[in-house]
Amino acid sequence: MINFNDIRVVFGKGTPLEKQALNGVSLTIDEGSFVTVIGSNGAGKSTLLGVLAGDVIASAGKVTIGDTDVTRKGTAARAGLVARVFQDPLAGSCGALSIEENLALAARRGERRGLAPALGVKRRAHFRERIAELGLGLEDRMRDRMDLLSGGQRQAVSLVMATLAGSKVLLLDEHTAALDPGMAEFIMNLTQKFVTERKLTTLMVTHSMRQALDFGHRTIMLHAGEIVLDVAGDSRKTLEVEDLIAMFRRIRGQTLDDDALLIG
Amino acid sequence: MRGLPALSQIAFWGAVELGLVYAFIAVGVFLAFRVLDFPDLTVDGSFPLGAAVTAVLIIAGVNPWLAAAVAMAAGAAAGLVTALLNVRFRILNLLASILTMIGLFSVNLRIMGRPNVALINADTMLSPFYGLGLRDFYVRPFFVGMLVVVAVVLVWRFLESDAGLAMRATGANARMARAQGVETSRQIYLGMALSNALVALGGALFAQTNGFADVTSGVGTIVVGLAAVIIGETLLGARGILIALIGCVFGSILYRIAIQLALSSDVLGLRASDLNFVTAALVTVALILPRLRRGGVA
Ligand SMILES: Nc1ncnc2c1ncn2[C@@H]1O[C@H](COP(=O)(O)OP(=O)(O)OP(=O)(O)O)[C@@H](O)[C@H]1O
Ligand SMILES: [Mg+2]
Repeated sequence: MINFNDIRVVFGKGTPLEKQALNGVSLTIDEGSFVTVIGSNGAGKSTLLGVLAGDVIASAGKVTIGDTDVTRKGTAARAGLVARVFQDPLAGSCGALSIEENLALAARRGERRGLAPALGVKRRAHFRERIAELGLGLEDRMRDRMDLLSGGQRQAVSLVMATLAGSKVLLLDEHTAALDPGMAEFIMNLTQKFVTERKLTTLMVTHSMRQALDFGHRTIMLHAGEIVLDVAGDSRKTLEVEDLIAMFRRIRGQTLDDDALLIG
Repeated sequence: MRGLPALSQIAFWGAVELGLVYAFIAVGVFLAFRVLDFPDLTVDGSFPLGAAVTAVLIIAGVNPWLAAAVAMAAGAAAGLVTALLNVRFRILNLLASILTMIGLFSVNLRIMGRPNVALINADTMLSPFYGLGLRDFYVRPFFVGMLVVVAVVLVWRFLESDAGLAMRATGANARMARAQGVETSRQIYLGMALSNALVALGGALFAQTNGFADVTSGVGTIVVGLAAVIIGETLLGARGILIALIGCVFGSILYRIAIQLALSSDVLGLRASDLNFVTAALVTVALILPRLRRGGVA
């Protein structure tokens, strides 16, 4: 369903700050599978999601979603294919618009937008229903500005927004990182529910090893722009948080050794 | 009359009329500054552009309604130039609009062939309404007011449509808008064209109600438009698009009445040439007030 073929991303090419963020990543993700992505800060996780969403255009390689080659397509042009929830609760919605206006905006993702009223009676009712399902009481605040909501409430609404237009790919970049533990758990359960119900092909970046193993079917670890671990199935079931942490240590150690070799 | 802070009927309705003409500018400025978050000074050029195009066409015998429509198209083109400089060539939005504004000064002179053109005895959009028994100083604000209502309703319906929502999202959170499939650069072109078309229509109506077009009439248009927007926001608060648009219209009218009162009061001793200063002071106060209310200037 999703295919990355030898993706390379270089930021600031030709400047002293040149940075190889992805260094030949090849990855195939089956339709409907839920992949968790881990790796240290700066490993290239957000860049990988950016390549899929269109925010980052690969310097080399090819990306396909379904049968569509999206390698050179801009964010807006491929928005019909992928939905996202950002880490920053402020980033994924418009604070100045009301809850229902944000939903109306998301419901038309990837479609032509005409001059018909954005909030007809039918749509309003549908949005209200979807928000009521959250059980947060937000259905009575549909006309409130989005920036009046708490971070957790905004993430919950963002998740609903991501599932309104019927795209099959969901990208989550540390979408619970800014939330308190209780709210994070609520959002994760909601995520699981939506992903299962709608059979979404999902990539979720997280710094929580627990989350990475508890959710999804497959876990990949990125380091310095390369995939250094890719586990699924039975070998993943036996994996513990401690194993992942040990692996992190080992990889860090390795690079230290490499540097030592270079210096020596 | 002199010495009293009261206005004669004619002065009052004159202020209302001018306020209604400038309501088009206020709505245009609202679209650029508030909806798109694009500080656009093109306005100072597209207002006299609208006046110039209308005046020249009317003198050439063109139907005044058609002349106003052509003026709007010219204004839209000016807005597109600013958008092009910003989107395509990455020039800072404010600077892009200043470049267009400066360029338009020469364009407007070329269009008119001289610094000002009078429309004496020429047919205007208002001509058919003058003979109907109503005094002229009622006819003008009434006529312009009807057009304002039409414009406000259209802009309101647009901003609450799917397409309008895309434009509002572009100004509020461009990254999110793109993630929702909105081509934000296209929205900037569209919004700037729409905004400056409205401003040019204001210019066209100014020429037709006042009977002249003048290249210098654009100076400070942006501040007047902004003043109207801010007065509206201060009085009505942020309660949805329709209220904001109505605020623009009333802000524009109140601004003109306030200016008229200030000028006609001997106590203050103001002259017409002090207008720009009074406007600048008024806008400054209006900008500071909400901040004071929210708990002190940081
Ligand atoms: N727009 C950019 N310009 C220059 N360098 C960038 C840009 N975006 C990312 N980088 C660099 O690319 C590398 C990978 O960044 P990325 O954001 O993908 O890391 P990450 O794995 O998401 O890290 P984190 O866990 O901190 O979010 C980093 O070294 C980062 O500094
Ligand atoms: Mg990241």
